[in-house]
Amino acid sequence: MSDVEKRVRKIVVEHLGVEEEKVVESASFIDDLGADSLDTVELVMAFEEEFGIEIPDDAAETIQTFGDAVSFISQNTD
Amino acid sequence: MFDLTGKSALITGASGGIGGGIAKALHGAGATVGLSGTRTEPLEALAAELGERAFVLPCNLSDRDAVAALPKQAAEAMGAVDILVNNAGITRDNLFMRMSDEEWDSVLEVNLTSSMRLTKACLRGMMKARWGRIISIGSVVGAAGNPGQGNYAAAKAGLVGMTKSLAYEVASRGVTANVVAPGFITTAMTDKLTDDQKSAILGQVPAGRMGEPEEIAAAVLYLASPEAGYVTGATLHVNGGMAMF
Repeated sequence: MSDVEKRVRKIVVEHLGVEEEKVVESASFIDDLGADSLDTVELVMAFEEEFGIEIPDDAAETIQTFGDAVSFISQNTD
Repeated sequence: MFDLTGKSALITGASGGIGGGIAKALHGAGATVGLSGTRTEPLEALAAELGERAFVLPCNLSDRDAVAALPKQAAEAMGAVDILVNNAGITRDNLFMRMSDEEWDSVLEVNLTSSMRLTKACLRGMMKARWGRIISIGSVVGAAGNPGQGNYAAAKAGLVGMTKSLAYEVASRGVTANVVAPGFITTAMTDKLTDDQKSAILGQVPAGRMGEPEEIAAAVLYLASPEAGYVTGATLHVNGGMAMF
């Protein structure tokens, strides 16, 4: 498991209060992990802070699953 | 009665009568205040009067870049923005049939659009803190209409719709959004009225007098307080009974 993956999973587990096992690559924040639309905004805010990056609104809209988040962040951090 | 110790409030239009009154009330309850406005001199004077916990943050709300910078400047000066008071407002009155696009646009820009932008920028910190207060100053005119003020009434009514929608979205995060809608208050804006206009207006006010800035400030102070945590999406009319909704 990559470092990015670990950190993203920790944020998702803490923010959404879900079991760690459920946070798999294909898990949709809204459909599988019980997030509402505001939760997804807050997750993006949390990712931005954790990784010191800016995620523009149009990019944020494409981050639907745990896998989406990990790959976006991996591509946009050193 | 209401304790805002440890909270930081950004107040736009703090150089005006109502804005200054709001700043004093919040500061008096223990809040740190960020005083924003276009005219630096009255802001400096107010900050000097308040002493500690007061910061001057000049901003022209018709300048979008300046609006974008203001929340950051406020957060840098005060550490956070827990309470945002969208108070600044301008008038460009004209009969509807004569109203120019410029008169319409400038009033909507300052009175409504800048409030949306400031609110959006301040929400992030409030959501994280699970506590926040967005208080916009509307007007009786926004609910009742007023001849010659189609632009102003539209902007003030717009604040109400914006506030209600926002209140839905952020209520679960401990952030409330409300409007205080003043009637006729003694300020520089209403000093411009002639005596005839004033007496005509007072004829419609059951209280039989104009309101004072402190009476608006008291309503804002309540909505900013921890005690008002269950009040959201509301419009609190402070108008001496001039119009009852």
